[in-house]
Amino acid sequence: MISELQQLEKDALAELETATTEDQFSEIRIKYLGRKGLLTGLLRNIAKVSEAEKPLFGKLCNELKNLLNGKIDEALNRQAAKNKEDVLLKEKIDVTLPGVAVKCGRIHPVIQVRREICSIFASFGFSVVEGPEIELDYYNFEALNIPKDHPARDMQDTFYIEDNVVLRTHTSPVQVRVMEKISPPLRILSPGKVYRRDSDVSHTPMFHQIEGLLVDRGVSFGDLKGILTAFLKKIFGGGTTLRFRPSFFPFTEPSAEVDIRCVMCGGRGCRVCGQSGWLEILGSGMVDPAVFKNVNYDFEEFSGFAFGLGLERIAMLKYGISDIRLFFENDSRFLKQF
Amino acid sequence: MLVSLKWLKDYVDIELTADELAHRLTMAGLEVDEIKTIRPQFAGVVVAKILSVKPHPSADRLSLCDVSDGTQTYPVVCGAKNIASGNIVPLAKVGALIPGGYTIKSSVLRGEKSDGMLCSEAELEIGDDESGIMHLPADLPLGSPLETALNIEDTVLDVNVTPNRSDCLSMIGIAREVAAITGLKMKRPAVRIKESGEDIHSLTSVKIIDSDLCPRYTARIIKNVKIGPSPVWIKARLEAAGLRAINNIVDVTNFVMLEMGQPLHAFDFRFLEEGRIVVRKSRENEEFISLDEKKHILPADTLLICDGVKPVAIGGIMGGLNSEVKEDTQVVLLESAYFNPSSIRRSARRLAMPTDAAFRFERGIDPEGVVNALNRAAQLIAELSGGYVCKNHIDEYPRKVSSAQNIPLRLDRIRQVIGIEIKAKDVTGILRGIGMVVKQEGRGRYLVTPPTCRVDITREIDLIEEVIRLYGYDRVPVTLPAVNVTEMDVIPRLDLEERIRQLLIGSGYTEIVNYSFGNPLVADILCLSENDERRNPVRIKNPLGEDLSAMRATLIHGLLETAKRNANNGSFDLKIFEIGRIFLNRKKVEPLPEEKNMVAGLLTGKITDDFWNSGKTVDFYALKGSLENIFVDLKINNCRYISTDVESFLHPGKSCRILLDDRQIGFLGEVHPDVLEKITLKNAAYVFEINLDILVAACAGKKIYYQEISKFPAVTRDAAFVIPHTMEADKMLNIVWEQKEDLLENVSIFDVYSGKEFSEGTKSLGLRFSYRAPDKTLTDLEANTVHDRIVQKTVALTGAKIRS
Repeated sequence: MISELQQLEKDALAELETATTEDQFSEIRIKYLGRKGLLTGLLRNIAKVSEAEKPLFGKLCNELKNLLNGKIDEALNRQAAKNKEDVLLKEKIDVTLPGVAVKCGRIHPVIQVRREICSIFASFGFSVVEGPEIELDYYNFEALNIPKDHPARDMQDTFYIEDNVVLRTHTSPVQVRVMEKISPPLRILSPGKVYRRDSDVSHTPMFHQIEGLLVDRGVSFGDLKGILTAFLKKIFGGGTTLRFRPSFFPFTEPSAEVDIRCVMCGGRGCRVCGQSGWLEILGSGMVDPAVFKNVNYDFEEFSGFAFGLGLERIAMLKYGISDIRLFFENDSRFLKQF
Repeated sequence: MLVSLKWLKDYVDIELTADELAHRLTMAGLEVDEIKTIRPQFAGVVVAKILSVKPHPSADRLSLCDVSDGTQTYPVVCGAKNIASGNIVPLAKVGALIPGGYTIKSSVLRGEKSDGMLCSEAELEIGDDESGIMHLPADLPLGSPLETALNIEDTVLDVNVTPNRSDCLSMIGIAREVAAITGLKMKRPAVRIKESGEDIHSLTSVKIIDSDLCPRYTARIIKNVKIGPSPVWIKARLEAAGLRAINNIVDVTNFVMLEMGQPLHAFDFRFLEEGRIVVRKSRENEEFISLDEKKHILPADTLLICDGVKPVAIGGIMGGLNSEVKEDTQVVLLESAYFNPSSIRRSARRLAMPTDAAFRFERGIDPEGVVNALNRAAQLIAELSGGYVCKNHIDEYPRKVSSAQNIPLRLDRIRQVIGIEIKAKDVTGILRGIGMVVKQEGRGRYLVTPPTCRVDITREIDLIEEVIRLYGYDRVPVTLPAVNVTEMDVIPRLDLEERIRQLLIGSGYTEIVNYSFGNPLVADILCLSENDERRNPVRIKNPLGEDLSAMRATLIHGLLETAKRNANNGSFDLKIFEIGRIFLNRKKVEPLPEEKNMVAGLLTGKITDDFWNSGKTVDFYALKGSLENIFVDLKINNCRYISTDVESFLHPGKSCRILLDDRQIGFLGEVHPDVLEKITLKNAAYVFEINLDILVAACAGKKIYYQEISKFPAVTRDAAFVIPHTMEADKMLNIVWEQKEDLLENVSIFDVYSGKEFSEGTKSLGLRFSYRAPDKTLTDLEANTVHDRIVQKTVALTGAKIRS
């Protein structure tokens, strides 16, 4: 009897192995475990088993019954899950089609650069200040130590509204307006539009500038180098090489032009840097005592430095743009790249 | 300033390469913009001697020459007139290359063999003279290559001299700097003047009437001059500096200007009536023809150099046609003067005559170098023109030009400004190296007198700059200032702008930046009414063009122009915005016009450019939704949209003003078809503009208070009212709210419909009412009671019919 049972187990497992459909599994269950099933039939004949083998035979029958039931249930569950999956798979969509969305707009590249620079200087404690774009000659020039009929006025070709009213040629007049109102120490940043009578591939009659000013006791040229070095490394990367060289601005003395190693050629010399290997990035200097005098700051007690840079220039270098006029043509094919 | 290295070596023995020198100058504040190499544009041209000249047997205008290069004689046919046997000339031999890419070949001209070509200056691009064959100095070795014989190769540095450094607008000035930064010694040209003949005082006189504009005027007379071309060495130097050679007199004045920085002028003495010089201001509208043959109507107060009768030069700017040196000039009056810098600058600008002389005078020349330059030029003129310098010179110096003296300098101040200690020995060494006289005044204190050419140095800070500049910016260590900041008020508008920028970007708008100025005709394009203040924009007096002459009074036109430009490029679907200022003339007299901060946007074309929404175009409500989004974010919930008195450039039926607390903050709407037509835009466009200054004031103090979420459910009821087409939804909502029913929590529009089943001129407005009690769940009966009350009262107040 036990050998019959063993044969039956072998047969049943072999049938399960080849079964695939729900029906086949049900048939197997009926064939072996049903009321008239083969295993049930064997159990019915337990009387034929010797007394000594009876407990073992009963145990084996039960084990086989549990094994078959387990296997069939498992297979049926598996099958049911697969059927569900098949239904879902029939709903398959093309995931490579574009999404439905309100497509985001873009921030103008110059404004992006302005934000970045303002946030870097905010981390150095500089606050943003503003002033008028149409400015008095006094603030734009005279208070900045650029008297009438002075050759330094040639450095900035000016649009005039009236004899004494100009479109500001730099954002520096804002520093004078702020210093007239606020006593030192101060750290300010004035971003904005400026205007110069100039128009070609590298000049537009309107562009954006950021001017910074720091005034305190004991501020030195070394501090100017420190702040500007930290700034340029933040915006152009920690590996940026820079140099400070003497220059002239009427409202600073000593004045320094700050160059970085050309970002295009790495200093070997290329069209962008005019073969020099260096790019002029910003103008800076220690505030000239004459400017302090105009705003009643004591230049023996306080010192400070100022700097200014053109945002379009930074954007051109960052993004590899060679024609400044693109910023103001507002071609959507240009703007959507930023 | 173009600096020839060959010329520079006359004054300082530099051995640095051009690159290295350029670097050193740049790092000392004299930025070198460019390094140019001058190379001959020819090859195979040699120094040769004409042995004989015979007429060509069959061509009147040609000659036959025998020309020797010292070893061989060549037959050359030549068309020039200015040749004779014995002349030393450039010979382009067979195989030589000359400018323009020509190669000289052996040829036969009208039956005569020609093995080469004699060349003019112009043909070799050595100079401008194309009148005949170039004549070379007799001492040049025959057969030697012309470029070697004439020493043509040179390197020229283009030095960007900042406006403060007038002392570097000369070769000697640059040499002084080079000597200071290299430690080399400087050689100055020896000025040894030989005088003879009459005393100048017996020949002429100088009278300065306006000494404020002309503090110093010096003159010499050179007699017996013969006008001719300058020698090659002068021509080469002038050319390297970017000037054209003219004749031996004018060239010397230019040469000395470039060498010493002192502009000079030579008059033909025979044209000076009464033989004297008078320096005075012009009278209003005086006429004058300058030597470039241009006629000028002079404004008053232009400084004139006159003879006894008439003006002969605009002082410090340009000489007159009536007294210029001519081919037959024999007596020259040479002027070397100091003119008031601002006066020269004013005149040069007014007359639009930015000459080399004016450039130097307006920056300030060395007032004590005037006579030295006069003597140097007189000597050179005499040498080159075969004339002689008359005895003595005139030096009218009625008003001393002050030069800074004994400027106090403190070592500790240097340390404060720079941030590090520089040794006293180094400080004094640097200053003496650039010609300053340094006297010790006490411990760490000095009195410093700069050379008179350094007109930029008058204060202690100017001296400190010199010290740090020559000490080296790169040697100053990097430090960071201690943090010590007064609190500054933030500008709330900037935060608002940034918020609005974010919201618009998220709604799909792209930011643009337009010029702040544009065409004054914008007012007409936008059909602005006669009394619109934007019709009278702030105008630029000197615009780049008429179409860029008016400061914008609205951002709308820029947006429309941008839409048009993009349409021209095939982009018809556009969502753009700009944040910027507009400019308006003030009604009251104030020094500056009014500037308002605005945000404006434009919407045109399809809602999105993807295929999911293909075909749907934007409309008024798409734009309004973007704005409402902003207002919701800013917690502004009391905006009103008023469809009367709208902007003239908007569609009268599809536009409105936006009011906030009864103040207009902006507008939105479809652009008027007439305006679209004028701009030549095809598709409908929708625009808005909002005043940020007013908006920021409205946002000030807005706080958010959390409202408890009710535990009890709301009950909603709908009702559709048939009302006249012209009745705005807002009015219905107001009527509902004004009933002040406590249980009414919200009312919103869920449907607007006008169909055939309604009579002409009416529409159905579906409202959804939401009722809630704060303390319990409303029963149907309670909700119905209040709902019926509201509906009936609304019907009574508006005459609406309820749509069943």
